[in-house]
Amino acid sequence: MELFSHLAVGFGVAFTPINLLYAFIGCLLGTLIGVLPGIGPLATIAMLLPATYALPPVSALIMLAGIYYGAQYGGSTTAILVNLPGEASSVVTVIDGYQMARQGRAGPALAAAGLGSFFAGCVGTLVLAAFAVPLTEVAFKFGPAEYFSLMILGLIGAIVLASGSILKAVGMILLGLLMGLVGTDVNSGVARFSFDIPELTDGIGFIVIGMGIFGYGEIISNLGKDASERQVFAAEVKGLMPTRDDFRNMLPAVLRGTLLGSALGILPGGGATMAAFAAYTIEKKAKMRPGEIPFGKGNIRGVAGPESANNAASQTSFIPLLTLGIPPNAVMALMVGAMTIHNIQPGPQVMTSNPELFWGLIASMWIGNAMLIILNLPLIGIWIKLLTVPYRWLFPAIVLFCAIGVYSTNNNTFDIWMVGIFGFVGYTFIKLGIEPAPLLLGYVLGPMMEENLRRALLLSRGDWSVFVTRGLSASLLAVAALMLVIVLLPSVKRKREETFVEA
Amino acid sequence: MRIKSQKDFFSGLLFIAVGIAFAWGATSYKVGEAARMGPGYFPLWLGILMAVVGIAVTFTALTIETEDGDRIGKFAWRPLFFVILSNLMFGVLLGGLPSIGLPYMGLSAAIIALTFIAALASNEFNFKEVLILAIVLAVSCYLTFIVALKLQFPAWPAFIAG
Repeated sequence: MELFSHLAVGFGVAFTPINLLYAFIGCLLGTLIGVLPGIGPLATIAMLLPATYALPPVSALIMLAGIYYGAQYGGSTTAILVNLPGEASSVVTVIDGYQMARQGRAGPALAAAGLGSFFAGCVGTLVLAAFAVPLTEVAFKFGPAEYFSLMILGLIGAIVLASGSILKAVGMILLGLLMGLVGTDVNSGVARFSFDIPELTDGIGFIVIGMGIFGYGEIISNLGKDASERQVFAAEVKGLMPTRDDFRNMLPAVLRGTLLGSALGILPGGGATMAAFAAYTIEKKAKMRPGEIPFGKGNIRGVAGPESANNAASQTSFIPLLTLGIPPNAVMALMVGAMTIHNIQPGPQVMTSNPELFWGLIASMWIGNAMLIILNLPLIGIWIKLLTVPYRWLFPAIVLFCAIGVYSTNNNTFDIWMVGIFGFVGYTFIKLGIEPAPLLLGYVLGPMMEENLRRALLLSRGDWSVFVTRGLSASLLAVAALMLVIVLLPSVKRKREETFVEA
Repeated sequence: MRIKSQKDFFSGLLFIAVGIAFAWGATSYKVGEAARMGPGYFPLWLGILMAVVGIAVTFTALTIETEDGDRIGKFAWRPLFFVILSNLMFGVLLGGLPSIGLPYMGLSAAIIALTFIAALASNEFNFKEVLILAIVLAVSCYLTFIVALKLQFPAWPAFIAG
């Protein structure tokens, strides 16, 4: 079968000792940073990206994928042991995971998260490999109008799934789009919004935005809280193995979570967070077995379901990125930036022009998942130790990694000034209760959107109806409109608010 | 008229201001028309849209009741100042400031300065602890970034290395 010959190519690339080593380093570093409370995958990837600069593209991407999964997994460890979600997608894990830890069952909770994630990761990788070829073929049928509509769909998706106010999410996307336009316009050569600063004619660096808003913004906000609010309660971990009863409870939850996560990850705007929330809701609705612990009191299904779902989704959200070149969420937007730095333009052409890179990356995702489970369960003691390190020692180190990361990108002090400004901006967003993730997505999509809008309207001689008269484009817009209508329906709106409040 | 959500009110004002600024800036470039967009077309409309969203956010902040007024709370000026300052000092020491003729001091000095300044952001500053932390960080960064990853950083000040 074609699928297996593709995967064979991929494993051939990924199983070279050097790439295995990079996958391992990536997972290790990702977990190391991801475990730190208050630092999610976005900040982790932004911080560690410079570590991959010196590598060849395939190894760099393999390492980055490792960092991503490591960060995601590290976040769940923090959620379970410290009652602090490292990132949005483990917000629901906190509810039952921390309760289990308090009852001395942190071990089984961590094992449930790890094993569930591993299973989901395996399925996600297969889904990704299976969907890649047909979707790439669809992608070649896309014209500028379709691409524009697809991006609209992605942005609407991001708005709908943002956890806070819908209006503010729209505002942040627009701000992101505008910030993406800073710099030289490719069509006219005019330097826009650059204030005659030569460095700005290349645009605002995305590392600068990521690091300033997600790195420094978070650190400052953490420091601004009272010490008690960020105190770390590292629970004791005795015995990792879940009991047979745990396994019986976990299994259906893992299966449901994986299925749901794989499906939601593909949707533009979807991703790990949405999948975790949905999985938790479904687990709560599913029938309880006699003698099961209620939800919110330390039910193992409440850990296994969402964790499987968020891992499956983080796997399948690579699908729109790798096949269409459109990042479906903020983490993937960061991946676009990472790929561009290594001179890879994500999109349908990657698979044909760079098959070993494409399939190697997919194979390494599976390897990364396997490594995480090897790395995390036996080494859990080390991560717990790390959690007990006082924050006053940790944060100067985090600030330092950010600064080195920024500087090593361009070896340019101008970036350091910019990141200072964005650190302030990021902190302001946090204080104003604005979720910054949609901004990053808008920022990456900005130039692409303008380019495709321009081309589409140039071809149609300025006729806007081109977006609704072409079948594919019209259906994409219809889905976007539908999503918007659904989320604005009064009953759904109330439900949505409830879900996010509960968590 | 009373502000019912302080956070939303100021978010809205922020969106309005930034939106107008971008839209106004866009008019200084050629705007053109849909079939032939100039460099100002897309940013102009995005800016206008953003200002409109800002108005809507401000409006909801004045009409929809919240429990506690959604107050912004105190700005953490101390961490804000020191974290950002440490970052700036790091850049200046590492790369130098050619515009005022300041030579670079290299990675080691930059790391030590950053650690000390950043540590001031927390209210539990302890000189001895921070010194140890700074030395540990400087040595391990030297080993990882310069020895292992071979990034092109100057490790020592210009007047020693040069």
